Amino acid sequence: MNIIKTQPKSITTEATKYCPGCGHGIVLRLIGEVVDELGIREKMILTAPVGCAVVLYDYIFCDVIECAHGRAPAVGTAIKRVYPDKFVLIYQGDGDLAAIGTAEIIHAANRGENMSVIFVNNAIYGMTGGQMAPTTLIGQKTTTSPSGRTIKGMGKPIRVCELLTTLEETKYLERTSIHSVRNINKTKAAIRKVFQNQLNGIGFSLVEILSMCPVGWKVSPREAVQFIEEQMLHYFPLGVYKDTE
Amino acid sequence: MAEYNNTGPETRKVLMKGNEAVGEAAIKAGCMCYFAYPITPQTETPEYLSRRMEEENLIFLQAESEIAAINMVFGASAAGVRVMTSSSSPGISLKQEGISYIAGAELPCVIINVVRGGPGLGNIEASQADYFQSTRGGGHGDYRCIVLAPNSVQECYDMVMNAFDLADYYRVPVIIQNDGIIGQLVEPFEMHPYKPMFEKLPAKNWALTGCAGRKPNVVRTLYLNPPNGLEMHNRKLDERYKKIHAELRWSESFNCDKADLIIVAYGATSRIAKSAIKKHINNGQKIGLFRPKTLWPWPDVELVDIARKNKGVKFLVIEMSTGQMLEDVLLSLMDVVPKKDILFYGMGGGWNPTPDLIYEKIDEILK
Repeated sequence: MNIIKTQPKSITTEATKYCPGCGHGIVLRLIGEVVDELGIREKMILTAPVGCAVVLYDYIFCDVIECAHGRAPAVGTAIKRVYPDKFVLIYQGDGDLAAIGTAEIIHAANRGENMSVIFVNNAIYGMTGGQMAPTTLIGQKTTTSPSGRTIKGMGKPIRVCELLTTLEETKYLERTSIHSVRNINKTKAAIRKVFQNQLNGIGFSLVEILSMCPVGWKVSPREAVQFIEEQMLHYFPLGVYKDTE
Repeated sequence: MAEYNNTGPETRKVLMKGNEAVGEAAIKAGCMCYFAYPITPQTETPEYLSRRMEEENLIFLQAESEIAAINMVFGASAAGVRVMTSSSSPGISLKQEGISYIAGAELPCVIINVVRGGPGLGNIEASQADYFQSTRGGGHGDYRCIVLAPNSVQECYDMVMNAFDLADYYRVPVIIQNDGIIGQLVEPFEMHPYKPMFEKLPAKNWALTGCAGRKPNVVRTLYLNPPNGLEMHNRKLDERYKKIHAELRWSESFNCDKADLIIVAYGATSRIAKSAIKKHINNGQKIGLFRPKTLWPWPDVELVDIARKNKGVKFLVIEMSTGQMLEDVLLSLMDVVPKKDILFYGMGGGWNPTPDLIYEKIDEILK
C-alpha cells in the first residue's frame, strides 16, 4: 500500500473545536502541509486572531501569539522587524481583518511589511454566533441583519483583495476558495506562494480564502458549499489580483 | 533641540528637555524598539528617537494609531526585546486595550504618559488627571502597572532606566507618569551610563523566537480551559502585585519631622509646593513634604509611619486634578488620621498651581 497523504508533522493531533463543515480545518491542514514542505516550522511565529481560530496554538506546533481583535498585522509587524529572518504568519478572519482591524491591515500592507497573511472570509461572525460581517452578502440573513443585509444603511460587502490592490507596496494578492477539491488544491498553491514570497523577501503577500460556515449561515454543510458556488463567487471573484514578480 | 551623540561610558552634564532625556535613557537601557504616534505635549520623544534610533541602528516606527503602536509593543515584547512607547492622555486612553493584553500576557514594556488636560481632548497644558487611569488599571480586567512619577529631568532619565529593569524583573508593564511641565522642562542633568538595578534578570525563556530545539512558546491571555484556568492566572497575577507592593514603594520626604502640616504631592506639583514650603519654613513654620515616587504601588506604609510620628499633624494633598491621589491618601491614613485633618487643594486638569497660591493656601490652613 502506498501512503499518499499523512498527518502534517506541524499539526497536532488535538481535536479541533471547529463545527462540522467549517472551512478553518481545511485551511489549517493546508498550512500544515506547506509548512512541512518548506521546512519552516521552527522559524515560524504565528499570530492567532480573535474569532474561531483563536486557539490555533492548540493545533499547530510553533510559536504563537494570541492577538487582540484585528491587531495582528501590528503585532506581526513588530515581530518581523525584530526578527527579519524568521517567518511571520498572520491568520485573520473577516471580522478581524475587514472590520475592527482595517487600519492595521491597510497600514501593514502600505508599509510593505514582508509578512504572509491568510485571510479567511466566511461572510459571518462565526464565534459569536452568526452576526453580520463586513463581507456578509447583500440579502444574507444573520442574527443582526434578520431581514437580510441591505445596501442602504449597511453598505456593500468589502472586497479586501480589490481594496488592497491600490496600495503599491502590496506584492501578491489572490482570492481562492475551499468549496471543492480543485479549489482546495489551488488554495494550497496560493498559500505556498504567499509563504515563499516572504522567504524570498518579496514583501506583503495575502491570500483571501472563501470558506464555509454552515452553523453561522444556518445551513447544512452541503448547502454551505453550494452557497459559496452559487452566491459568494459572484460577488467575490477568484483569481490573482496582484503579482508583482 | 539638545544634541548628544555620545553613547560612551562617561558621565557628563547636559541640558535637555524631559521628553528627550526619556528617549536617550531608553537607548542607553538597551531599548531595541520604539513605536509611537505624535501627540502634544510628548512629541519631542518620537522626534528625538526617530533620529537617535536610526543612528544606533535600532527599530523606530511611527504607527498609524496609538492602538497599532501599543500592539507593536505587545509583539516586540513577546519577541523578547526591550520596547517602549510614549503618548499623552487621549493617546494613552487608546492604548488601554493593548496594556490590558500586555499585563494579561505577563509581558514587560515601558509606557510614557506625558499627562495633559482632559476629559476628551481637554487641552495641552500639564495635568495630573490620569492618576486613576494609571494606578487603577485603565483597561479591562484585574491588573496593575508599576507607575513611576519623576519630578525632574534627572528623574525622567533615571526612572526610564529603572522602568526597563522593573518591567523585566516583575514581567509587568511600567508606566512613567510624567506631566506637561516635566516633559517640556529643559534643565541640566547628569547623563550617566546605564545603571542596572538588578545583578541578574530572569531569562526570557517564554519569548517567541521560533521553536528551534524547544517546545513551542505561546503568548496568550485567553483562559477558557481548564474550568478554573483564569482564576489560577488571576491569583498568580495578584500574588505578583502583592510582592511588588511589598518590595517597591518609593517615596521622598522633606522636613517631615515634627511638622504641623505635611503637603502630599507628586511630579511637577511637588516642586511647586516645595518652593512655597521653603518660604514658610523661612518664616518659622513647620511644614513638610511627602512625595510618592511610585504612584503604584502607593507608599502607604511610609505615609502612615510619618503620620504616627507626627501626632496631630494635618495633611494637604495638592494635585493638578480635582482629587484622585487624594483617595489613596485617605485610604492609607484612615486608621491613623481623622478625615477632617486631610485637606485637598486641586486644580482640575489643565491648569497648575503657583508657589504663591500654595503659599496662601497653607497660610489659610495654619490660621
